[in-house]
Amino acid sequence: MKPFPFSAIVGQDDMKTAMILTAIDPRIGGVLVFGDRGTGKSTAVRALAGLLPPIEAVEGCPINAARPEECPDWADTHSGKVRKRPTPVIDLPLGATEDRVVGALDIERALTRGEKAFEPGLLARANRGYLYIDEVNLLEDHIVDLLLDVAQSGENVVEREGLSIRHAARFVLVGSGNPEEGELRPQLLDRFGLSVEVRSPQNIADRIEVIRRRDAFEQDSDTFCKKYRRKDAAIRKKIVAAHEALPEIEANDTILSDCAELCIALGSDGLRGELTLLKAARALAAYQGDATITREHLRSVAPIALSHRLRRDPLDEAGSGARVMRSVESVLA
Amino acid sequence: MDSWDRTALALQLVALDPAGLGGAIIRMRESPARNAVLSCLQNTKKMPPTMTDDQLYGGLDISATLSSGHVVTSKGFLHDRPTVLLTMSERCPTDLAAKLSMALDDGCIKGLFALDEGADPDETCPPALADRLAFQIKPEGRMPQNWAPKTTGDPAGNKASIGAEQIRLIATLAARLGIESLRAPLLAVAAARANAILNARDKVNDDDVEIAASLVYPHRATQIPEDAQDTAPLPPEEAQQREDEGTSESTDAEIPQGDLLIEAIKALLPPDLLARLAQSPKGGKSSSAGAGGMRKGNRRGRPIPPRQGRLDGRSRIDLVSTLRSAAPWQPLRRRKRPEHDSLLIEPSDIRLKRFVEQSDRLLIFVVDASGSAAVSRLNEAKGAIELLLGQAYASRDHVALISFRGDGAELLLPPTRSLVQTKKRLAALPGGGGTPLASGLRDAGLLAQQAKSKGLTPTIILLTDGRANVALDGTPDRPKAAADAQSMARQLRHDGVEALVIDMGRRPEQSLAKLGEVLGAPYLALPRADAKKLTQTVSAALAH
Repeated sequence: MKPFPFSAIVGQDDMKTAMILTAIDPRIGGVLVFGDRGTGKSTAVRALAGLLPPIEAVEGCPINAARPEECPDWADTHSGKVRKRPTPVIDLPLGATEDRVVGALDIERALTRGEKAFEPGLLARANRGYLYIDEVNLLEDHIVDLLLDVAQSGENVVEREGLSIRHAARFVLVGSGNPEEGELRPQLLDRFGLSVEVRSPQNIADRIEVIRRRDAFEQDSDTFCKKYRRKDAAIRKKIVAAHEALPEIEANDTILSDCAELCIALGSDGLRGELTLLKAARALAAYQGDATITREHLRSVAPIALSHRLRRDPLDEAGSGARVMRSVESVLA
Repeated sequence: MDSWDRTALALQLVALDPAGLGGAIIRMRESPARNAVLSCLQNTKKMPPTMTDDQLYGGLDISATLSSGHVVTSKGFLHDRPTVLLTMSERCPTDLAAKLSMALDDGCIKGLFALDEGADPDETCPPALADRLAFQIKPEGRMPQNWAPKTTGDPAGNKASIGAEQIRLIATLAARLGIESLRAPLLAVAAARANAILNARDKVNDDDVEIAASLVYPHRATQIPEDAQDTAPLPPEEAQQREDEGTSESTDAEIPQGDLLIEAIKALLPPDLLARLAQSPKGGKSSSAGAGGMRKGNRRGRPIPPRQGRLDGRSRIDLVSTLRSAAPWQPLRRRKRPEHDSLLIEPSDIRLKRFVEQSDRLLIFVVDASGSAAVSRLNEAKGAIELLLGQAYASRDHVALISFRGDGAELLLPPTRSLVQTKKRLAALPGGGGTPLASGLRDAGLLAQQAKSKGLTPTIILLTDGRANVALDGTPDRPKAAADAQSMARQLRHDGVEALVIDMGRRPEQSLAKLGEVLGAPYLALPRADAKKLTQTVSAALAH
């Protein structure tokens, strides 16, 4: 089935913004979408796949290398031609085994030809693209450990069955889940650049619109997608333009000190908060076509960049998003 | 239309559009009536809730692979897009539920019927799955004679169109019944279409909408629509409030035609809806029956799939799966080392056994030793705890003791199994001073967190007379103290710590009952109860 068009998603602006920002600058490092059942988490991620601009990759290369010389030597890529292909969005199913995630000996070739060959896993296929984990909070611990390691180093190292292989595995982690079904380990939480909490739209008109569009999509997806194709293309164009403009965006010292002050005021651990905040603000500035980062940009991205990095405060009844906004108001006043 | 007619209709609709409706929950006990319902389902494949990933998704078929010399994968349960009949779905673990939900979303499952034999109201099919299944089949009363609905698919592939106004109605109804998930109205749209097709119409009319709403919504409703004072006895001030809301709603005149439907659905709402709402406010924790939570280990318990690992002396090898994983590589390895003619096993083949077990429970007693409590019941509380300790010892529970009085709380006894020590500390527990309830809860929460990280399952038992008058920072300030206690309780609830509130005051204290509600904990008022009675009540509440 075709993915639901991204621009046809009603409301959920935070989630959409977060996804667009990571598409502009993958170094922001992933999006975590937490929310109740039936709020359109998975729909949005699958829609993102249809929105992303294509990448150039060597034909048949298992890790989607951009140039023939970057192809790993264990892969036999014969053609060496560089072709455009859609940005990979790889699903990591909950039941995936370690073998399937990191890759293992190619069992077929070992059996039939007695050869030692590497069969790449999901991490290889996700290189230069997205790795999507639905119900990320239910993922087995040992798979989470693996992911953390690779997400940090950008390299997948396989040492098993007499194989010693390393290949690039730089991907944007996208996770979604329902907090009622299980907590996410803080180590993994921190690894996501942005986090969004979604809930169903609260006004009736929006809800009706959601049902109407979804129903129209299910009845006749071709016509429906055609209707939104132009809007999707417009967003894609803006993303590509913003990505190119990214190095030009300036961040002056006051903005940097704002970032630092904000993170100190919120008491977020480590420096990842500041860095993500800055990157996200820069991506937003680029998306909106501004030449410099302003406080306005910081203000809009602060909740999604920082809310999951706070220590839990038992004396605060409001969510962490509200706490971030309060600090933003006082620091950026 | 009685509940058996509704059951028949639901089954017919699912047969017409299994993809759009997902399936149904069948909440019935094993009985001839259930067999009759099940006999209406065609070509279902039974799935137990203990199914492993290998069975679900398929994997390498070792014996066939070795004998043929080619990779042969065994087919998983889901390979032929079955209609799944999930037995005992109330015992289905969340991760299997998540996998099944994914399979439903991707269309790897044609339809899913979840048998739910839960006895208690909180023993149900996992919510992630329930959200995706349109109907709940729960017929009541005797099955009518000759009850045999015709459940045939729709080979012609007819389609019915639905008007914008009807979609509006369906969405509005869901909102008014407090149904958050947007899957519910989508399922209702599909049900309305299916009903139109069933009646050989190509357009959905208002009857279809009514039937769809009455089949999909009642068991999902989380609130009784605003104008419901007459059906539900509410406390006067709340009823007043509702009335106000109700009138403001109707002056908006947003959905005049929906009211009739609301009435129809209201008749179908479960009669215990109000009671259920009072018990579990939104965001309630998942229920866990039994003593402790689940915990993975490598020593004992129920086996779960093995995983690759190194033998480090602490874990045990799973011999069969180790051999299975070594088998395919034998030709390759033999070529490398022809001098060996035995089985060649390498470290990477090693598979370790894993088990999941119920973890030990830690009972954290948080005892109010303030002046007011001391006057009333401290001694009885002590006696009760001693009796509970005896039981805790018998069930191998760990025990910790925290007391609060004056300006703070004190950990009198870190988690232990020693009965003697606990008794000694307890006997020496002095009384007097203010009631820093929030401090006591905070320390209990910290201890619970620590215990959790060590693999225990903590339960907090709070014994107090509830008149908190010392705030977290030690200042005597009654309102602040109460607010602090509330927010600490909220935090405990958020951390998912189980609790039990025992009111040992002379008269039941309203604020404590409220605290219990915030904690999501049972509240026991014990005016004039002796130690023995207290113990009975507590062990009854803990056993659940």
